[in-house]
Amino acid sequence: MTTKSIWLNENAGHKNPTMFGTEHYFLNAVGLSDAGIEKAVSETFPEYLKKKPAPIIASIVAANIDDFGRLAEEITKCKPDIIEVNIACPNVEDKHGKPFSCVAGDSAKVTKIVRARTKKPIIIKLTPNVYNIGEIASACADSGADGFCAINTLYGMEIDINVRMPILANKSGGVSGPGIKPVAVKAVYDIYKATKLPIIGTGGIMTGEDAIGMMMAGARLVGIGTMVYYRGAEGFGEVVSEMENWCAKNGVKNIEEIIGCAH
Amino acid sequence: MDMKSFDTRFRIIRIKKIIRENDVTNTYIFDYPLFAKPGQFVMVWIPGVDEKPMSVAFSDGREFWITVCKVGGFSSSMHELKVGDKIGIRGPFGTHYEIGNGQKIVLVAGGYGVAPMYFAAHEAVSAGCNVDFLMGARNKDLLIYTHKILGLGVNLQIATDDGSVGVKGYITKILEEVLGKSKVDKVFTCGPEVMMKAVGEISFAKKVSCYISVEKYMKCGIGVCGQCAIDDTGDLVCKKGPVMSWDYLRKLPEVGQYHRDAQGKKQYFFKKTI
Repeated sequence: MTTKSIWLNENAGHKNPTMFGTEHYFLNAVGLSDAGIEKAVSETFPEYLKKKPAPIIASIVAANIDDFGRLAEEITKCKPDIIEVNIACPNVEDKHGKPFSCVAGDSAKVTKIVRARTKKPIIIKLTPNVYNIGEIASACADSGADGFCAINTLYGMEIDINVRMPILANKSGGVSGPGIKPVAVKAVYDIYKATKLPIIGTGGIMTGEDAIGMMMAGARLVGIGTMVYYRGAEGFGEVVSEMENWCAKNGVKNIEEIIGCAH
Repeated sequence: MDMKSFDTRFRIIRIKKIIRENDVTNTYIFDYPLFAKPGQFVMVWIPGVDEKPMSVAFSDGREFWITVCKVGGFSSSMHELKVGDKIGIRGPFGTHYEIGNGQKIVLVAGGYGVAPMYFAAHEAVSAGCNVDFLMGARNKDLLIYTHKILGLGVNLQIATDDGSVGVKGYITKILEEVLGKSKVDKVFTCGPEVMMKAVGEISFAKKVSCYISVEKYMKCGIGVCGQCAIDDTGDLVCKKGPVMSWDYLRKLPEVGQYHRDAQGKKQYFFKKTI
């Protein structure tokens, strides 16, 4: 289970419309709204850890390097199993506000500071909006990353032709859902080739078969988000059954054997 | 799976008519076959402004209404719109009040909850139900829909805080009387959450099933963003609600106590004393 990304301070997010779906894709610009680390420490984690039905990955996000360091320290106190570092946010210290995830050097810097401030396993969430995702992954791996989560959403915009303006209040947003699956599979394939570190493969996974394909590309775990829109929360369990059925039918006894087998 | 049903982009429609209900409240009428049921909501987009969930005040397969009180930024922008202006809608979404044929139904409406309760009354009358409509407001100037409700031929009783019309005091006083007098099948309520909680508790004490319209800060309206999740079950009000049974809600810590803001922080209805 991965949390929504947690900021150091409260973050308002964008106004509505923040999301909509179509049969092929989903577009959103929620703006990572969050009450900040204080709520994570005082409410979210204590509540979750009371029962802890599944391992928890704490996702953290910041707009400058120092905040990532402080967040890494603070979130460690929440006792997550893994820390996911969401580096998709524009870097306020960059002249053009480029996201950390788009620059190998910046991705490495964030990884380094988080590595220095926590002993928990850290995974870096990578964006597909780059020329060579393998290069970014390698830079993070060299800076102490334990793994990756890929992919974040693709950049996108949709215009309502009747009112002649973008549908999202933020104008542009992130594309997820069934249509982005081939983009995600290719990215996971490239990261696996570049680093061999564990990958959580995510992006367009709707079925058990999709998840199997993602693992063949190199994912050790598979992440699911937008599927909820198409199949509801019960879809999580259904996807697992579909994976088990596929494995049974195809004589796969240990799922390990398919990880990266397409290479 | 019908994939087309996954298209939740807006349908752009024009305002056909605006009815002034009182100094701060308008009803907007659209020529659009929404096919909503009482209790359901639509997401309303004012392009360039914002998008909010709104209860449907009436829908008959030809047109639908929404009633909007000027309380904040979005509703004020709504009040600036004129006949012919375009808005976007998505929906209808969510659960509805389930009305059985020939039942004895009590509707309890507070403030602007009167509009969706009118829709429930209209459908209940069509289903041959015996309907008591209990309406609460702060004062006589804030009452809406009274003529429309009387036109349905239901038993209307009113309570106002200042006694400027009807009984002076809370509408829950009248509810206790009505439930004490005869056998009632269902109580439906829509209004301020603290009032609905009282309605739920009174109905529960009298062993009558009660359904309330839960209001939460909503973003997507389609079960994805998690903004409207209710403690402690995590059920999404946009999917499992907004109409939920008091039997279910009474066991939860949240209803009538606090709501969560856009960032998910708890905001208590009353200051915490401990």
